[in-house]
Amino acid sequence: MFTMSWPPEISGCHVIGESTRESALRDIIIIGSGPAGYSAAIYAARAELKPLLIASSVEVGGELMNTTEVENFPGFPEGIMGPDLMAKLQAQAERFGTEVVYDDVVSLELNGPVKRVKLGNGDEHEAATVIYATGSAYRKLGLAEEEVLSGHGLSWCATCDGFFFRQKTIAVVGGGDSAMEEATFLTRFADKVYVIHRRDTLKASKIMQQRAFDNDKIEFIWNAEIAAIHGATAVTGVTLRDTVTGEERGLDLDGLFVAVGNDPRTHLVHGKLDLTPEGTIAVEGRSSRTSVPGVFAAGDVIDPYYRQAITAAGSGAAAALDAEHYLAALGNPAAAEAVLETEFAVVN
Amino acid sequence: MTARAVTEATFEQEVLKNDKAVLVDFWAEWCGPCRAVSPILDQIATEHSEKLDIVKLNVDENPGLAMKYQITAIPAFKVFQAGEVVKTVIGAKPKPALEADLAAYIS
Repeated sequence: MFTMSWPPEISGCHVIGESTRESALRDIIIIGSGPAGYSAAIYAARAELKPLLIASSVEVGGELMNTTEVENFPGFPEGIMGPDLMAKLQAQAERFGTEVVYDDVVSLELNGPVKRVKLGNGDEHEAATVIYATGSAYRKLGLAEEEVLSGHGLSWCATCDGFFFRQKTIAVVGGGDSAMEEATFLTRFADKVYVIHRRDTLKASKIMQQRAFDNDKIEFIWNAEIAAIHGATAVTGVTLRDTVTGEERGLDLDGLFVAVGNDPRTHLVHGKLDLTPEGTIAVEGRSSRTSVPGVFAAGDVIDPYYRQAITAAGSGAAAALDAEHYLAALGNPAAAEAVLETEFAVVN
Repeated sequence: MTARAVTEATFEQEVLKNDKAVLVDFWAEWCGPCRAVSPILDQIATEHSEKLDIVKLNVDENPGLAMKYQITAIPAFKVFQAGEVVKTVIGAKPKPALEADLAAYIS
């Protein structure tokens, strides 16, 4: 039996009733427009929960917008361009009634039965549940020169900026899949691409490693980190420090691309949701339930290990199902029906 | 209002000889952040048309100008006054951040 009532009690000047609930209090707000956010929206919209998805103002579609060919998303045997995949996910979410807003969240109130989400344009939205799927942001090297030289030969986006390094000598820092992808992509333009990695083995998948090893334009510099970036108005080179011997040496470069990993984007929920030692949002077991009832998290922001488009998408679907269960327990009729349908499908 | 396109052929007349301050948006079709920021520029163009002219320059189709102005990352926004670059902003940003960067030319 349900002990809580639907709609949840709202404190303050709100009138609770059928008419205002329609306009003011939503079932679900989803924050983030990557594979996790859109997958959550597809599930929630198909459950007739009319989700509102806050897509951000300039990072709509998330990290895949800055990639080229995506070859490992199931269902696309020929591969698909990252931006095309995101456009398809958005179209699928909108087809079932997701409302997409192109703005940034500036603050959140997550405690209590009504969650409030404030946007850059001043609008405030309220919902019984929030799915937080803000992904991760590029990690910086932590050097003072980064601010000044960013956009002047120092870049975090090979697909955006590689074009400007035709016949140049450049380097990619990092040893993961994204570093290999960037290095391989950059050989389309540059004459020479160094890969600078602080260990002597790569974290990247075998296929991506092999592609980089097979490329004549790519040369690996092992056990090295960037001690300094040179250049007053544009990158002219770097100082490399050997991570084993500590020796330093210079390397002339026209450009430096950084692919040293990502950090979960949690700044809006610091002090509001529990985090893990890795800095991701803590969730209960294999669920998407955060430390605050009614707030769910999905995708890279909860995942320090896999961080794939497909794992984020799966995580988004799980978050929508968890939110449905939560809403159903509050007595939300659409959610209750959606939950029954899921359980019926499992039993049979 | 959609920011109009300029090319190497029209750059001198539309940008360098323009009486108003002109923001040139260096962009390309394949650049996701460029496409994301484009509607924000259109809004700023509409709201501040009396002060600032906003035009778009496709770097694929006009590589000479991209090279001349040493573009190494896009989107890049350069504000021209009396034929000279007076302000450079690099990267897609939310509207309030972009407006803050351009405050001297739109307020």
